[in-house]
Amino acid sequence: MSDISKSIPKLDAASKIAGEALYVSDISMPGMLYAKTVRSTIVKGKILSIEKPSLPEGYFIIDRQDIPSRNVVKIIFEDMPYFATDHIEHYGEPILLMVGPHLDMMDELIKKIKIEYAEATPLFDFKDSVVHYEYAKGDPKSVFERASQIIEMTYETGYQEQAYIEPQGMLAYPEVSGKMTFIGSIQCPYYVKNAVIHALGCSEDQVRVIQATVGGAFGGKEEFPSLMACQLAVAVQKAQKPIKLIYEREEDMEVTTKRHPSKISLKASVDEFGNVQGIIAQVSLDGGAYVGLSSVVLSRAMIAASGAYTFHHLSVQGDVYRTNNVPTGAFRGFGAPQMFFAIEMFMNHIAKATHQDPFAFRMRHLARQGDQTSTSGKFRDPIILEDLIQIATQKAKYHQKAKAFSLTDQYKGIGMSFFLHGCGFTGSGESTHIKATVRLHKLISDKVEIQVAAVDMGQGLKTTLPKLVAKILEIPIHQVIFESPDTDVVPDSGPTVASRTTMIVGGLLARAAKELKGVWQSGIDQVITKRYEQPSYIEWDEATMKGDAYPAYSWGVNIVEVEVDRLTMQVKVKNVVSAYDVGKAIDEQIIRGQADGGITQGIAYGYLEKMVSQKGRIRQKNMTDYLIPTSVDIPKMETILIDNPYPLGPYGAKGAGELTLVGGAPAVCLAIEMAIKRHITKIPATPEYLMELINHE
Amino acid sequence: MNEIIFTLNGKTVSCPFEPTRRLLDVLRQDFNLIGVKEGCGEGECGACSILLDHNVVNSCILPLGNVHGKDIMTIEGFKTTKRFKVIEQAFIEMGAVQCGFCTPGMVMSTESLLHHNPHPTDQEIKIALSGNLCRCTGYNMIIDAVKKASIVGDGLW
Ligand code: FES
Ligand code: FES
Repeated sequence: MSDISKSIPKLDAASKIAGEALYVSDISMPGMLYAKTVRSTIVKGKILSIEKPSLPEGYFIIDRQDIPSRNVVKIIFEDMPYFATDHIEHYGEPILLMVGPHLDMMDELIKKIKIEYAEATPLFDFKDSVVHYEYAKGDPKSVFERASQIIEMTYETGYQEQAYIEPQGMLAYPEVSGKMTFIGSIQCPYYVKNAVIHALGCSEDQVRVIQATVGGAFGGKEEFPSLMACQLAVAVQKAQKPIKLIYEREEDMEVTTKRHPSKISLKASVDEFGNVQGIIAQVSLDGGAYVGLSSVVLSRAMIAASGAYTFHHLSVQGDVYRTNNVPTGAFRGFGAPQMFFAIEMFMNHIAKATHQDPFAFRMRHLARQGDQTSTSGKFRDPIILEDLIQIATQKAKYHQKAKAFSLTDQYKGIGMSFFLHGCGFTGSGESTHIKATVRLHKLISDKVEIQVAAVDMGQGLKTTLPKLVAKILEIPIHQVIFESPDTDVVPDSGPTVASRTTMIVGGLLARAAKELKGVWQSGIDQVITKRYEQPSYIEWDEATMKGDAYPAYSWGVNIVEVEVDRLTMQVKVKNVVSAYDVGKAIDEQIIRGQADGGITQGIAYGYLEKMVSQKGRIRQKNMTDYLIPTSVDIPKMETILIDNPYPLGPYGAKGAGELTLVGGAPAVCLAIEMAIKRHITKIPATPEYLMELINHE
Repeated sequence: MNEIIFTLNGKTVSCPFEPTRRLLDVLRQDFNLIGVKEGCGEGECGACSILLDHNVVNSCILPLGNVHGKDIMTIEGFKTTKRFKVIEQAFIEMGAVQCGFCTPGMVMSTESLLHHNPHPTDQEIKIALSGNLCRCTGYNMIIDAVKKASIVGDGLW
């Protein structure tokens, strides 16, 4: 039997290449209307009055007065209204939808809407903590008392915009049965469905959600589409026609959720041998005007506080602050990229402050199998990080180059990051919150249909899941059908997030396929259903954040080489080498594609992508001023995969999607640091910031 | 003049005289050519790339008035050619497609590049694709695909 990792052509590639795949903006229906959102033009205050024009036949205005049930988007923390209440909490808060058959006419009508506000003073500082978590390991207090040296640093990270090339979009229509159907660019069909049920106060069978082809998501289409769906639900109830809501790029950039800006303070107690005994960490995230799922982002960031190392004593505190900035939300990595930037820079800065070789210092602290995790759980499975480091450093000629670049003044640098990523939901999320169910349906034709709510947003599920099932059943892959999820057909296998799909949903499908194989009867209709069960050894205490935060971990090493222009301080990325342990690749080329794309976003987060909120307004409004990497910015990248099968993953597979992003920023920043011989404590490390560092020392 | 006449995917077509309308809207709405995508509407992302007399242009910033008498090719027209087949195969083989939203535009840029330069270097490929943003792939596999197409399709361009 051939190795599962051996790549096959992606099953959905041809329709995308030919421009035939249907994204939501490509779908039209008879009698369809369009919607446009009218938003607040102030940051904080009260709406005093709204003057609406009289509307021609066929045009509608939908606002909170039309809401039949609850005006809140069902996310984790239920605080975000989908139509602004009297109080405006951020710039661009949705106030009403204009709906009608002609966009030009709608624009004219929108111009006639007059909204009067009483402005209030907005808050942008980290003052109003709405979520506070803390946990400890060992006895941090006493190691700090005994420390031979205490090192302290503070790191800051900025916004990052998902910048999926397809903007957000959703289409909703009423069915004759009274049911309402949604087709959207979404990651989580059941999040959308549950949000609409909650908003309309209707029963489950009255809402149906179908995924359109998704033109990139990266977390940006995790919770945000639920808001659009709630608005459309109310609009369709009123207009009783299909309505399509597609964001323009500017709108998407200005108001949709982004990566949380953070401030992370770290303190290390170092003993007389130069070893870190304990770390005290304080993590602050800007949650924006509404908390949404920020608490979950915070816990992932906090759990990552010991990076890829083992520290025996830890004290970690974290807060999500409510501000009057645009709400922040899910983005590939989910809190981990902020923390890995901080801890990797910090380890390097500790080594320098204590006059140690940073490489040897970091190697001494690496996490090993059997060690306690940051949250006092256990690293049960083999950790092959040292192998990854060895092969990556060899390929990149890390040691030779690091030596040459540190000694000379060539403005060249090479940086290396070590990292891990917990696969699946944090803590007991999978067993208490998600409870994934998957189904395999064998038809009379002996074709096998995969029924899961998992979404292919480019990461390749349309290929990997059928590949897995076909291989176990020993049938040709074309005998396996995997349509984009439709909640009327598929069970809730959970959201497509948290690097959980291959390991958890794929793992359940593998079990279902094994069972089906055992009972296979040709020409007979057969259905196999599987539900997630937490491995019994996993224990997690939510209140103290103690125990196994994740069932498994993927690991990685990134090495990035840069050249900095000494006049302009422009950074040029010259070389990238990565090594990963994702357990087992279900398709090697697909994992390499994830690796290329993930690190490109991660590196750009570190040095290129700058988004700032000025008095509550996002200043970058389009691809013109929010720069993401183009083909000329990215060098040839090399990716090494080492198998380290996880017993409970399908064929040993663990998570991969987010892992490839989290190490990019520290690797590029350590390289820049070597090139300019200054400490970097803030990302993105733009030329202006580097110039400042050069001039101030 | 009360009509705008141009060649679209090999056929002569005419549109009402609305010279300031975006060509992108005309193609998607009037001709249902949905392979032409809108990613930014400001000429930055290349998702709306089409060929105008064999040169790649962003149809979102091209007023309809500018195409009178010109030859326009979209992915829908191009996909019937042999050259497309070669590019398609190379994109599949090299793993150049993830979400696919940038892909039709990438294909049109590839066609334009190979038309003018059948054997491009890596650097020439990068420059030719620099107007087409891709958020998923990090470009490496797309560049490999273009290279592969230029080799396999030797003589077609
Ligand atoms: S949509 Fe035309 S360049 Fe982006
Ligand atoms: S494949 Fe998603 S933008 Fe290129």
